[in-house]
Amino acid sequence: MTALYLTLLIPLFASILLGVFGNHRGAATFNVLATLAGFVASVWLALIVLKHGPLGGEAGQFHIDSFNVYLIALTALVGATTSFFSAPYMAQEEANGRLGPGRLRLYHASYQGFLFTMQLALTTNNLGVLWVAMEGATLATVLLVSLYRTPESVEAAWKYFIICGVGIALALFGTVLLYFAAARVIPDAEHALLWSVLAANSGSLEPVVMAIAFVFLLVGYGTKVGLVPMHTWLPDAHSEGPTPMSAVLSGLLLNVALYALVRVKILTDGALAAGGTHSPHLAGNLMMGFGIVSFTVAGLFLHRQRDIKRLFSYSSIEHMGLMTFAFGLGGPLATFGGLLHMTVHSLTKSAIFVAVGHASHIARTQAIEGIRGLIQTQPAVGWGLLIGTVAIAGFPPFGVFTSEFLLLSATMKTHPWLTLPLLSGLGVAFAGLFRHLHPMVYGERPEGQVAVPANMWPVVLHLVLVLWLGISIPAFLADWFNQAAILITGEGLL
Amino acid sequence: MLEQLPLYEQAILTLAAMVMFTSFALLAQNRVVPMIHIFAWQGLLVAVTTALVAFDSGKHDLYLSAIMTIALKALFIPWLLHRLVKRLGIDREEHGAEHPATVLMIGAGLVIFCYYVAQPIEQLSASVTRNTIAISMAVVLLGMLMLISRGKAVAQVVGFMSLENGLFFAAVAATHGMPMVVELGVAFDVLVGAVIFGVFFFQIRDSIDSLDVDQLNRLSEQDE
Repeated sequence: MTALYLTLLIPLFASILLGVFGNHRGAATFNVLATLAGFVASVWLALIVLKHGPLGGEAGQFHIDSFNVYLIALTALVGATTSFFSAPYMAQEEANGRLGPGRLRLYHASYQGFLFTMQLALTTNNLGVLWVAMEGATLATVLLVSLYRTPESVEAAWKYFIICGVGIALALFGTVLLYFAAARVIPDAEHALLWSVLAANSGSLEPVVMAIAFVFLLVGYGTKVGLVPMHTWLPDAHSEGPTPMSAVLSGLLLNVALYALVRVKILTDGALAAGGTHSPHLAGNLMMGFGIVSFTVAGLFLHRQRDIKRLFSYSSIEHMGLMTFAFGLGGPLATFGGLLHMTVHSLTKSAIFVAVGHASHIARTQAIEGIRGLIQTQPAVGWGLLIGTVAIAGFPPFGVFTSEFLLLSATMKTHPWLTLPLLSGLGVAFAGLFRHLHPMVYGERPEGQVAVPANMWPVVLHLVLVLWLGISIPAFLADWFNQAAILITGEGLL
Repeated sequence: MLEQLPLYEQAILTLAAMVMFTSFALLAQNRVVPMIHIFAWQGLLVAVTTALVAFDSGKHDLYLSAIMTIALKALFIPWLLHRLVKRLGIDREEHGAEHPATVLMIGAGLVIFCYYVAQPIEQLSASVTRNTIAISMAVVLLGMLMLISRGKAVAQVVGFMSLENGLFFAAVAATHGMPMVVELGVAFDVLVGAVIFGVFFFQIRDSIDSLDVDQLNRLSEQDE
């Protein structure tokens, strides 16, 4: 349990400390050290789970199983590497005069606060606390979106706050309904929102109430996943906030929201299957529908983007749609693919945003038109962006290819006619990314464009990991994915 | 029918009706200061319901959440909004919807829809619970309608907070309150949220010289 408490408490205390002392010179270094310590704690936690199996017991307030343990480590890893990128990046922003020390203090405190809410959402066993943590994540990041105080950023932040606030309020209503259904089955009221208890009793939950609850939870958490049509906050928040925040929003927040959704889907499936209703796959079908619409719409929107960060945030919506579709499809193969896709998308997308941050510093603009000749100016940034985009577009041998391939084979088995929109969607998205990317990395270098101090090793590390996952998934990770697939669908793949 | 119910359930139903009435009053109100006052009354009604449920069910921790609701929803947030409105000098402005009659008609339609959704739950529960679930769902959706139909930041915040009142009402009236750790967490989030809203009023005014959020329209997917 010590490892678990450390994973949670390090970001919490770091957030408080940075809130008080964040305007000192060493704040960025302290931020890096705290995320590193958090990462070490999460690896320790993962090792314990690897050795002794699930943690938390029947009715504990925390519950670590194979579904969330790898997400905890992933969250800490992306948090740590992004903080390495953030230190020189934010120093440069300060030197450019876009930020003062007071804003930097807010930035660092919010960064750690955000990591704390993510880890809390992942580790908690209580669906109510999960909701509190998801809302906390909005509160922690909303002032970061308006960090630069431009009219656009204030607008993006207001949109983010209102849309996610309403969305998450609907999720709370779903949680209340869930509790309403659970309170009739589980005598101890204090345990009636614990996921492990609910999962053990899911067969006796009232199916009608669970179906209504799931619709509210899907719309609620789906807003944070970025599902169309509740996605409109996402490109705005990603494009107007500081780039390290775009990296953690895309890499972590969307994953954790999807994680919450899948957790309640397990309960709903259990209740509907046992309740003898005429639509036992309601939850899965809804997720498939939202998933494929998001995937298609976002792929088309990729083509008309003018801002590099908006471009890649639409790519995030596209991939979240694909994952939602995978979990909705059900079955061990699709679920395995979905779990793998969560991992590789998170690693690749945060790497891309790091490269994008440096690219926009080189070009001094976020407009795609203004970014030209990156490989000529600074090969590391140009190649990083190019290889990252190749990976996210689903080229072999990167991990994204593997997971998309698994998903396509699963679709072919159960819903063969859906492979057509999936394949054409992947093609459309590929074209959408590369028509913008090609001139940015290869184009003529504009006069007077010079290299900037850049820290590219987070990109290298992430892309090497994605490559590794594409070539061979380590046995322990495959075992976790398999156990998680058993948890979600009832049957394993291996 | 109604007089056969125990006194406690009659009281809950009356309070539910009054909460919904305040929601409609909010929807129809177009002056900002009375709007904040109605919102405070709604918070008070939710708090009274909580105290009543606490008294009837003997769950003493619900008294604590009743006190929290009064402190937050009936006193602190209305006071904060009041002060901000005064400081921003917008206490005489009209914050109404563009087509108030249409909005109210849609509101009435939403209530019917909520009863329709809650209908299947009938078999498993007393009529009181079905009514309170339908009404709290309606308050949530009416809050959302208010958010959508108003173009001013303060009115949107009031709509948002009234939406949350609907959630609290659902949690209290249908399920006798959530576990304490959740209640505390939710209250903390609401408090932080209210403060951040306050910060935003100033940021929005600094960026567009008014709180007319309809003017926040630079970011969209239109061709320029």
